[in-house]
Amino acid sequence: MQMKQVVIAGAAMLAACALATAGPNPAGGTITGKVTYTGTPAKMKPIDMSKEPSCAKMYTTPPMAETVVAGPGDTLADVVVYVSAGVPDDPAPSSAAVFTQKGCRYIPHVLAFQVNQELKIVNEDQTSHNIHPLPKLNREWNKSQPPGTPPISEKYDKAEFIPVKCNVHPWMHGNFAVMKNSHYSVTGDNGTFTLGNLPPGKYTITAWQESYGDQSQDVTISGGETKTISFVFKAKPY
Amino acid sequence: MRNISSLKFCLSVASALVLPLAAFGQGDQAPAAKPASHMESHIGNLTGNSDAGRQLYFRYCWGCHGPHGDGNGENAPWVTPQPRNFVAAVFKCRSTPTGTLPTDEDLYNSIRRGFNFTNMPSWLALTAQERANLVAFIKTFSPRWVTEKPGTPIPVPAEPKLTIESIKHGGELFQKLECWKCHGQEGRGDGPSASTLTDSNDQPIRPYNFTSDNRSKCGSTNQDLYKIFMSGVDGTPMPSFADVVKPEDAWDLVHYLRTLQYNNPSPELTLWESTPEGKAIVAAKQVKETATGSGFKP
Repeated sequence: MQMKQVVIAGAAMLAACALATAGPNPAGGTITGKVTYTGTPAKMKPIDMSKEPSCAKMYTTPPMAETVVAGPGDTLADVVVYVSAGVPDDPAPSSAAVFTQKGCRYIPHVLAFQVNQELKIVNEDQTSHNIHPLPKLNREWNKSQPPGTPPISEKYDKAEFIPVKCNVHPWMHGNFAVMKNSHYSVTGDNGTFTLGNLPPGKYTITAWQESYGDQSQDVTISGGETKTISFVFKAKPY
Repeated sequence: MRNISSLKFCLSVASALVLPLAAFGQGDQAPAAKPASHMESHIGNLTGNSDAGRQLYFRYCWGCHGPHGDGNGENAPWVTPQPRNFVAAVFKCRSTPTGTLPTDEDLYNSIRRGFNFTNMPSWLALTAQERANLVAFIKTFSPRWVTEKPGTPIPVPAEPKLTIESIKHGGELFQKLECWKCHGQEGRGDGPSASTLTDSNDQPIRPYNFTSDNRSKCGSTNQDLYKIFMSGVDGTPMPSFADVVKPEDAWDLVHYLRTLQYNNPSPELTLWESTPEGKAIVAAKQVKETATGSGFKP
């Protein structure tokens, strides 16, 4: 088994090297598009933070839950769109992905970063949080972070979508999207995404939403063209 | 969830085909490691053997922990908290940092001690060698024991002298670290977040009630208490405080926690009750009526 891993890793590295020496295609193709929904998504409820006054006072109107974030024109935010097949795995970038606890919420709600990339977790609140990601493939840990303590630095060595919660504040809920390569995008309020710098080839593009699951489609890129695709999720009313 | 199952599917395909090209796809990870068929454990001078442990497991353990070690034995539906899942290999009582495997000695101690307030009894009836064999066998259920090493135990420095200042400072830390959010101001396990807590399997779980006993799930000594909040109780809402509490502060917290166990005599409680302040606090906690408030007077 070890030998096989070495062989596969070696082959991947060779291929990556070959690509690297060929140089990134300056006129690489781009896949762009929009994520929308049909039907009626569940109505998000306002979060009751009365048990944590230091956070509740930061809001004039209570913030809403974020399990489904719908934008104007039936668009969906916080959807991770990524190349799931067709590109080699990328080494982790040296920059850290930052996950901030502010106002007893996670910012961003969905944080995408790469395998073995540094993940920095910051507490800007005046209350203690515990950061409790619940992975199935990676190691599960659970750390306390009282106010004023330094950021927590962690990383994950397997690709996975990981729900994150704070046990002290049960409404706090977020997601880590641990990606294999650098070709990913998290949709904003307008539901759009852009995956750039793709050499010619056939790719599988996957969109993942925390409540609605994932869907994929194959896209072929030739030359420096820009292809527009769309993902439509069926909204669940509950 | 679907993503994970598709990942698993792709993994099995990749491992079956062993196509070097597969390293480019979504489910392209190197084939998943398999658990070892044979394991040893080392506890002091003892060396445990999983082959000998297997026989013991299928006599004493599988009723709850199941034939596959996944915690789904035939008794499991009637057992709360759920029997440990050795396939996931997430362990509550460790001397090692959160997210790491426990040492052989941690597992050995868990079998010997049992888990207070649960269905897991103390296995003092087994010999030390038998317990060591079981530790070795438990490690054949998860590939984590092949791919990872146990964590480096969190150092527990010598306990400093018990003083009133230490207890008081521990009380301040109990406030500052917001232990009371779950454990309650009096340590009764009734803090504001207590009713919302679930473990990593989404099962409801209670925070420890300090007033109920002086034996916590992961041991009854001061060193055990120290380890519990420093290492965290993995798989539960209890986080690790190892990165945020200095060793001397941790000992102050231990001293304070003992005073919450007002039904169980301890040097900490005796010292605390020798001060007027401590005496008043402890006296105020005594339950004078029954839990149902029926007005019973002893």
